[in-house]
Amino acid sequence: METLLGEFSTGLFIWQTILFLGLAILLRKFAWKPILSAVNEREEKIQNAIDGAKAAEAKMEQLTSQNEQILREAREERDIILKEARTAKDSIVGDAKTSAKKEATKILEDAKKSIENEKQKAITELKNQVAALSIEISEKILGHELADKNKQQALMDTLVDDVNLN
Amino acid sequence: MSIKKLTHLFSLALLLLAPAGLFASENAAHSDNGAAERKEYIKHHLLDNHDFHIIGNISMPLPVLFWDQGAHMAMSSVFEHGTKVAEIDGKFYKIEHAKIIPTDASGTPLEMHGEHPREVAIDYSITKNVVVIMFVCVLMFWLFRGMAKNYQQDLVPKGAAKFFEPLVLFVRDEIAIPNIGEKHYKKYMGFLLSVFFFIWIINLIGLTPLGINVTGNIAITAALSLMTLFITFYTSKSTYWAHIFWMPGVPVPMKIILAPIELLGVIIKPFALLIRLYANIKAGHIVLMSIIAIMYLFENWGAKGAFLGLSFFLNLIELLVAFLQAYIFTMLSALYFGAASEERHHEEAHH
Repeated sequence: METLLGEFSTGLFIWQTILFLGLAILLRKFAWKPILSAVNEREEKIQNAIDGAKAAEAKMEQLTSQNEQILREAREERDIILKEARTAKDSIVGDAKTSAKKEATKILEDAKKSIENEKQKAITELKNQVAALSIEISEKILGHELADKNKQQALMDTLVDDVNLN
Repeated sequence: MSIKKLTHLFSLALLLLAPAGLFASENAAHSDNGAAERKEYIKHHLLDNHDFHIIGNISMPLPVLFWDQGAHMAMSSVFEHGTKVAEIDGKFYKIEHAKIIPTDASGTPLEMHGEHPREVAIDYSITKNVVVIMFVCVLMFWLFRGMAKNYQQDLVPKGAAKFFEPLVLFVRDEIAIPNIGEKHYKKYMGFLLSVFFFIWIINLIGLTPLGINVTGNIAITAALSLMTLFITFYTSKSTYWAHIFWMPGVPVPMKIILAPIELLGVIIKPFALLIRLYANIKAGHIVLMSIIAIMYLFENWGAKGAFLGLSFFLNLIELLVAFLQAYIFTMLSALYFGAASEERHHEEAHH
């Protein structure tokens, strides 16, 4: 202990205290503070960059899934539209067919009716004409035949025959 | 292996073996003097010195400043390495065991305190150690200011910063934050980083063949640990003192018993800190120099070679110790700071 104390040099103690305190204060101001803040700043930057990259990655993933979602929805919508179109087409075609058939039937019936009418008309006309002709012929024949008795009789017979034939 | 690598290896080996050179010159002069001479040499080397011995007979005189009923000043060369009694301002002084002692003209001490002669009141000479401390201060400021400037230009470390940054981060992440906590560590970083690098660099300089032993001086370690103590006191919160005088969570009789023990602990902690650093570095130097001295004792070249190898190995260990002691000093300082800045709500977790 005595040697230990004997070795203690007050001068050296004073110098060490003054020099080291000066050094520590100077270094604190001019070295440690800028160094530590720079290191901190860099660490923060790195952390931010990592966080940013992670966020971007997450966003990308989200976007990708969103895109897929949109794509899937679009596909579904397309299917629905196609289906609807197909149904619409079918119904339109069906409707057209039905109406066409109806129309055709109606036209046909009309035609039949009109044919019938025409026929009746024609028959009537024919009958009228035949009657007129008959009368004319009858007049002519009667005019001629009545002059001759025999011939009149014969005509009468023929006419009767004709009528019967008719 | 490239030539550059070989050169590096060679210079490293030279550096590690260089302490042997300390004796080489000395040995030539006193080849036949015995163990006592060597012991004296080692002892002399471990102490601070009033002049800077470089190699052989070359040494740099340093200013001697002291107070002995008034300020006196001279250059250390007047003492001729402690062999001569010098007359300074009309009084006579000599240097013995790195202490300035007032004497009469023939060199007899003026007063005796028991076995020891009375020294001058305060010897504040720029001794060898002071020169080394100054050098380290300038070196550290230059290094770390450069490092800070590097960061101002670019956040990516370059050159010296590349080497020192992991150490700075080591002090922050492994020493300061675990012991003090995320919240308070910042205000201690200046001291912790300074003390860590100061001790480490000065320990490393102590391993050079210049034969410097700064941290093996009790005055140096005392100054450093007192700073730790003062910073602990200055930044202490009420919880720190509560733990000393009125330990929470123990019965009252125990509180009374614990108070003086804890109070003693406050003094013992920095004392252990100063002794640990001092003893480790000093012991390392003594062992290393003793091994080298043994090398000169043996006539057998085989034994010389064996001790050369041993000294090489010990030097490597000393490299580790240089770092380890810096780490331990800083770590324990941080631990004390952590106790000082601890806050109330931590109490329950600890007891």
